[in-house]
Amino acid sequence: MTLAERVAAFLEAHDPASTDRLEFLRARYDAGLAWVHYPEGHGGLGLEQALQAEVDRLFAEAGAPTNQPEKNGIGLGMAAPTILAFGTDEQKKRFLRPLWTGEEIWCQLFSEPGAGSDLANVSTRAVLDGDEWVVNGQKVWTSGAHNARFAILVARTDPDQPKHFGLTYFLADMTDPGVDVRPLRQITGEAEFNEVFLSDVRVPDAQRLGAVGEGWKVANATLNNERVSIGKSAERETGMIGVVARTWREHPERRTPELHDRLLRLWVDAEVARLTGTRLRQKLAQGQPGPEGSAMKLGFARIAQQLSGLELELLGEDGLRYSDWTLVRPDHVDFTGRDAGYRYLRAKGNSIEGGTSEILRNIVAERVLGLPGEPRVDKDVPWKEIPR
Amino acid sequence: MSDLDLLYTEVEDDLRASLRDLLAARCDSSAVTAMYDGDRSVVDPLWKELAANLGLAGLLVPEDQGGQGASAREAAVVLEELGRTVAPVPFLTSAVIATTALLGSDAPLLAELAAGERTAALALPWSTAPDGPLTAVAVEGGRLTGTVTSVAGAVEADVLLVLADGFLYAVAAADAKVTPVVSLDMSRQLADVRVDGAVGTLVVEDGEPAVRRALDAGAAMLASEQLGVARWCLETTVEYLKIRRQFGRVVGGFQALKHRLADLYTGVESSAAAARYAAATLAENDPDATIAAAVAQAYASDLAVLAAEEAVQLHGGIGMTWEHPAHLYLKRAKSDQIALGTAGAHRARLAGLVDLPA
Ligand SMILES: Cc1cc2nc3c(=O)[nH]c(=O)nc-3n(C[C@H](O)[C@H](O)[C@H](O)COP(=O)(O)OP(=O)(O)OC[C@H]3O[C@@H](n4cnc5c(N)ncnc54)[C@H](O)[C@@H]3O)c2cc1C
Repeated sequence: MTLAERVAAFLEAHDPASTDRLEFLRARYDAGLAWVHYPEGHGGLGLEQALQAEVDRLFAEAGAPTNQPEKNGIGLGMAAPTILAFGTDEQKKRFLRPLWTGEEIWCQLFSEPGAGSDLANVSTRAVLDGDEWVVNGQKVWTSGAHNARFAILVARTDPDQPKHFGLTYFLADMTDPGVDVRPLRQITGEAEFNEVFLSDVRVPDAQRLGAVGEGWKVANATLNNERVSIGKSAERETGMIGVVARTWREHPERRTPELHDRLLRLWVDAEVARLTGTRLRQKLAQGQPGPEGSAMKLGFARIAQQLSGLELELLGEDGLRYSDWTLVRPDHVDFTGRDAGYRYLRAKGNSIEGGTSEILRNIVAERVLGLPGEPRVDKDVPWKEIPR
Repeated sequence: MSDLDLLYTEVEDDLRASLRDLLAARCDSSAVTAMYDGDRSVVDPLWKELAANLGLAGLLVPEDQGGQGASAREAAVVLEELGRTVAPVPFLTSAVIATTALLGSDAPLLAELAAGERTAALALPWSTAPDGPLTAVAVEGGRLTGTVTSVAGAVEADVLLVLADGFLYAVAAADAKVTPVVSLDMSRQLADVRVDGAVGTLVVEDGEPAVRRALDAGAAMLASEQLGVARWCLETTVEYLKIRRQFGRVVGGFQALKHRLADLYTGVESSAAAARYAAATLAENDPDATIAAAVAQAYASDLAVLAAEEAVQLHGGIGMTWEHPAHLYLKRAKSDQIALGTAGAHRARLAGLVDLPA
């Protein structure tokens, strides 16, 4: 049976018009049509990732409900591939299905006030108590924590080890009474991210991902996926360039030669970035995401920022206005949504979230080009002895 | 439109490997440097080897017309390698541009070019963009009279393709006056071409579209040469900065330089995507090929110049010497930037192609 026939047979058995939305999504997962490159039994068929687009297209054509991937970007883009790579069979069984269907939204409890670029410096402590870990600490910049049911969490389990070795990776329940999520307002006015205070949060040892002390390795797998998923787009003029090109076409009266020159340069950059993304995905079709994704993300951030800045100038007087400064807590982020002012401000985060552009340049220089690493005064010292 | 394979096939990898070995053995950078002092002895044997023995001259020509029946994808790989060694052979001018202008015609010349028996050049200034004004000569009773300046590949050619009155004529180089000019890039030395009542053979009736198609193909393929130039510059600079020590450290460990090289790497990878897409669309006769060629030129030509300029700067004093090959790449990159239309000319062209009018 071809993949298209499989989809047709599934749609035959589950009429999108009359089947309950969640029931439909769960059945789609069980049929291996959720993400075909995942293994059988975990929502996939062990096929090439490239085949997914065709499956999604067929479902969309049939008017099938989607799993609203925009609301669970961290779950789908980061938690799932990490669970797939490092999880036990039980963990995959427990977490992947409701993650994919969107029943359980995920957030990322990595960054802390003292551990941003230097993620390995996290000081949130996890201490084993019987078959549970007791977690205490503070996380920050946690996008979507206010909607999340679970979190991927990096915590320190051994402060006597050098910083990279004493970390462990967990899957934490955000409904634990010890989890306190407080909105953190950002430059756009809204609060997409949060501060998350963890007080005696209990995480069963069965929800540890990877071995004790291997958290750094597992976290890096997550981060590589983050950088690849951030740099995504397939059709020409998707993303910020599409928005700005539309504005350009709609406003002949606002065009100037100087803006035209900048727009064309950025159009070319965006088109080349799109092709670079396609090429990278072709390279990664089978393998794991590597440091090359960092180079993509660098370009993506720069282009989005320059384009959104250009759009405000193009809008002239209208560019002086802003839609709404009210503190809202959105359930998803759309870099190209709302108004031009919002897009300009939100794009500033693109070179900070998921690794700053400076850190990404270090990564490219060191891991792709093989240049020497930065001096690391704290690398071989037990974590607890590092001055902070 | 993005399903095209932007990587390299096994056949392409093999082609690259054999070409790289051959160029390493036969195209020493000191031999290229010697061309600036008038010693062009490296050119003929190298071109003969590539064109006839390896069969590269016929890559783009169908098998039933005496060629290899390969595609722009393979030609692009050849150009990457030629760019990487700034090889002074007329592959781009003869086997790509002149050949493409003739593709579709039944002139026996096409088979002779494919076999590497003859070498042709399209008589237009090397700076001519695919949508730019085309220099033509006058024709009267089959006799051609006029001048075309700054023609690339004419020095190596034994036949010139000349536009006159909308037709494309072939003129034996021996019947024209080909005057080599001192060029910024002596590894692709330009020449002024003068015909004075020379007899031309009509080879393409619909000359102008054929010439524009050839220039478009040339622009698409030039991006791969520029990619080859940029890759050499990046790799050579990275290798040098891994061993050069100052202030008690390897210079490549300084973050200011690491970041510049990371940006350059990002640019080179982007160039690769643009160049591969241009080659793939051309190979498939894809309707997006014209846009792809313009995008590739708008990106890859400036990037190659940046790579060469960074290579000179980051080598320090040694980068400024005649002895170090970096200058060969700078001269090629800067000339390539102007060749077949500057990046700005291609952006201006895109404005029309993708509906972003001024
Ligand atoms: C919109 C948004 C959403 C986010 N969502 C999440 C989330 O959901 N979960 C989560 O865990 N985190 C999240 N983050 C946090 C993000 O990962 C961190 O902000 C980021 O890693 C930078 O850390 P920092 O803010 O502590 O800055 P710092 O690390 O303090 O950096 C300050 C400056 O120093 C530079 N710098 C630092 N180290 C070096 C170096 N070695 N070389 C050169 N320059 C250096 C940085 O580039 C930066 O410019 C989010 C951030 C943003 C902006």
